[in-house]
Amino acid sequence: MVVQTDALTDDQVDALFRALADRTRRDIVARVIHREQSVSALAERYEMSFAAVQKHVSVLERASLVSKRRRGREQIVTADRDAVRLARKVLDSYEALWRHRADQITALLAEG
Amino acid sequence: MTVRDHAIDRDALTLTFVAEFAAPVERVWQVWADPRQLERWWGPPEWPATFTRHELEPGGEMRYVMTGPDGETSAGWWRMTDVEAPHRLAFDDGFADADGNPVPDMPVTHAEARLEDAGEGTTRMTLVSTFPSREALDELAEMGMVEGMSSAMAQIDALLADG
Repeated sequence: MVVQTDALTDDQVDALFRALADRTRRDIVARVIHREQSVSALAERYEMSFAAVQKHVSVLERASLVSKRRRGREQIVTADRDAVRLARKVLDSYEALWRHRADQITALLAEG
Repeated sequence: MTVRDHAIDRDALTLTFVAEFAAPVERVWQVWADPRQLERWWGPPEWPATFTRHELEPGGEMRYVMTGPDGETSAGWWRMTDVEAPHRLAFDDGFADADGNPVPDMPVTHAEARLEDAGEGTTRMTLVSTFPSREALDELAEMGMVEGMSSAMAQIDALLADG
């Protein structure tokens, strides 16, 4: 199956799915879309170590869903809204593909 | 309008697609069972498919190649997990290399199609796609994480709309 998206390779799609398959990581994305936050502020939200939260942020970073920058002693996490929109688009493209297929089947059946 | 319904399941990594066709179940089954008909509709726009192997039986294998507008090719495989003519078929769908061999570490989609008589000579086809892969889902299930990637997407959409 070819998932046609304008700007994502299959590897990137895979990275996106893997990144978003984790509850904590989805929660992190939801929080930083709302407002950029430091890793330590995020870490306070979860019952896990700072290092564990940092690891989740790294997975999201590799999937290009968030970016991280230094501000003094803190690491600030920001959502990449375009990447998140693209992730949404991947799901939509599956639906569009099946719409196309249903239309093709209808045309085929009309031939008798 | 043939598409009756579509939904992204908010609780599972599935996408459900329901379409109705103005033909009896046995006829609609043929669009899967006859490789020459199957290749008329399987490829995405501008990527016609050619099926080089077609074994519509449990455990059967399929191989296909799709050719893009610039002559580039993309190959795929199916492994049939269930086939109950003319009402149900299910298969794993993955990427293949130029020789038709499955490519490891690429996403595998599981698809299930159900064909039902919808009265007056029409057929309802329900297609459920589960993705990105069975292996990944098993892995995710073990970690207790198979809930609502799509639901997270919806939340994210809502947040994007707000801001």
